[in-house]
Parts: sequence; structure tokens; C-alpha cells
Amino acid sequence: MHQFEIVALGGEMSASPFVFTNSAMWMMIALAVILVFMWGGLKRAVVPGRWQAAVEVLTDFVGDITRSSIGPEGRKYLPWVFTSFIFILAANWLGSMPFAVFGLKPFTVTSHFTITGVMSLISFAIVLGVGFWKHGLHFLSLFVPKGAPLPLQVFMAPIEFISFMVRPFSLGLRPFVAMFAGHILLKVFGYFVVQGLMAESAAGGIVALLCFLFIVFMSGLELLVGAIQAYVFALLTAIYINDAVHLH
Amino acid sequence: MPQLDQLALVYQSQWFWLAITLGTIFFVVGMWIVPRVEKTVEDRDAKIAADLEEAQRMQDEAEASEEAWRNRVNEARAEAQAVTAAAKEKAQADLEKKLAKVDAEIATRTEAAEADLAEARSAALAELENVASEATQEIVGKLTGGKVAKAEARKAVAGVLADA
Repeated sequence: MHQFEIVALGGEMSASPFVFTNSAMWMMIALAVILVFMWGGLKRAVVPGRWQAAVEVLTDFVGDITRSSIGPEGRKYLPWVFTSFIFILAANWLGSMPFAVFGLKPFTVTSHFTITGVMSLISFAIVLGVGFWKHGLHFLSLFVPKGAPLPLQVFMAPIEFISFMVRPFSLGLRPFVAMFAGHILLKVFGYFVVQGLMAESAAGGIVALLCFLFIVFMSGLELLVGAIQAYVFALLTAIYINDAVHLH
Repeated sequence: MPQLDQLALVYQSQWFWLAITLGTIFFVVGMWIVPRVEKTVEDRDAKIAADLEEAQRMQDEAEASEEAWRNRVNEARAEAQAVTAAAKEKAQADLEKKLAKVDAEIATRTEAAEADLAEARSAALAELENVASEATQEIVGKLTGGKVAKAEARKAVAGVLADA
């Protein structure tokens, strides 16, 4: 649990916006990594180098999410979808890097729901804003299933409404839980490795080795999960925005 | 769970720095870099499409000029063949004309020679008749002492000669 603790860097922790914490530092590192990486896409060469091609592939990938989910007008929402995707991706991956080898204690920004929750609320606010701005109160027809008989509609509208209201929670909790659980699992098995070695017996050594192999495997999976969570967040944001743009 | 335990203590700092981070990413990356990258990709796609079109056009052009060249070569060949054929025909015609002329000349000469020959022959025959009839008169006169008229002798000679 220690790895999720937020501490102030160079000072006392206090309830103030301007305290520079380890969390803030890793956000800045993620920001710097993203800016440097994306800067490679500004070369705008006709024949792209590897770096530029990587940026173009990523941009195209996220662009495809908005295009396939929302359609041509999804272009307008690409900045936010791209921002959420690349920030979650960078934070997830930075949190899984073995920086501790060099004495730098990694911190996974996205393992805090104060972060993912706010991001999901931003997505939800965009959905509500677009929906009411585009359709006015007609946006509420989103909760009425089309083509169903009237009694069924009366019955289903509240369910649709609840499922709609649950969206920001599920959207924000998903990446947070994935990172939280993954890191705890790694920590637990890392603890097993230490315990196995401390036992100084053959069985303990075997357990330690098995747990170490499991950690290697889990670390790979963690990278995959980190990318998938970023993709899922961006995709769901795009799908929810599509609901608001096109209703049903 | 530190996320819950520290919530009251950290949320302001978390949100403040998150706002800075997301805001920077949104405006610098999302609004500024991403459209440029997309534009680059679009421009490249457009350029590739244009280049391919240009290449297609040039290939069509090359094919058309090759076609034209082939047509010209074929035309020239046909013309050459026509000229050759005409020359051959003309030569043939000339030859035939000359042959005909020569043939005709030979024919006239032969005819003339034959006519001469026939004249000479008939002259010779006439002479022979004269000589023979005179000889006959003389022989008859000498042998019989009678006189044979010239016309009679000639008649007899003509009858013998006709038999011969």
C-alpha cells in the first residue's frame, strides 16, 4: 500500500492545491514524455522516420476510434479522446517501469481515483454538454428504448437512466482498479520472493523462483493492461459521445 | 487504501496538477500537434495518390507514343512494300513490252524471210517450168522432129511438176 501513498516533495503535506507531491511529479514526467514523444510528429517529413511514423500510427489509431465510433464529426472530439488516451497510457506505463532499480520510486498516477474519476467526469460532462446543446431536452429520449411497447418503455426508462448515470463511475473506476489490483498483485508476489529467499531452504528457493517468473509474466501483462485500459477509456468516451451526438 | 485515507488531504493538489497536465496535453498535443500530424498523413496520402495518378498518366502517354511509333513503322513498311511491288510490276511490264516488241520484230522478220523464200521458190519454180518446157520442146523436137507448141509443153511440165 505504501506505493500508493502521496507525499509532498521537499516540505510538509498539506491540503493545498500547490503542494508538489510525488503524484504531481509523475504527472509532470508523463507530460514531458508525451510532449517529447509527440514533438517527433512535428517533423512533417513526407517520408517519415521511425519516430514520426510511431506518432502517426498512434494518432491514426486514436483518430480511428473517434471515426469508427462517432463518424466524420467525431473529429471535433479527438483532442479530448486523444488526451485521455495518451495520458492514461503514459501514466500506466511509467508506473510499471522498473525505475526503482535506479533508486527512483515509481508512482502510478492512474492508480488514484482522484485522477481517473476527474477524467471520467470530464468525459461525462462532454457527453451531457454535447447532448443538451445539440438536442435540448430531446436528449432525454436517450433513455427511452425505441420500438418497445409503451408499458415496457415505462419500465425500461429508469433502468436506462440508471445505467447512464453509472457510466462515469464505471469509466473512472476501471483504469484505477486495474492499476491498483495489478500493482498489489506484483507487490504480493514480490513479497513472496523475499520470503522464499529468507527461508533459506530448497523449497523456499523454488517458491521464490516461481514467484519471480510469475512477476515477470505479470509485468508483461501489466503493460498490456495499461494499454488496454487507455484504449477502453478512449473508446468508451467516444461511444458515449456518439450517444450524445446521434442519440440512438 | 491510501487513495481513500488521504483523499481529504491530497485532492486539491491532485486536481490542480491534473488540470495543468491535462490542460497542457489537451491544448498543446490535442489541439495543436495532433491536427498537424493528421494533416501530414493526409498530405502524404494525397501526394501518393497524385504521384500514382501521374505515373499512370505518363505510362498511358508512353504507351500511346509507342503505339504511334508502331503505326508509323507499319505505315513506312507498307509504303516500302507498295513501292517495291510497283517497281517490280513496272519492271515486269517493261520486260513484257520489250519481249512483245522483240517477238513482233522476229515475227515480221520471219514473215518477210518466209515471203522472200516463197517468192524465190515460186520464181525458181517458174524458171524451172520455163526451162523445163523449153527443154521439153527441144527434146521432143530432137527426138521426134515434131514441133511442140510452147503452151502445150508448159502444160505437160506443169502436170508433171504438180505430181512431183
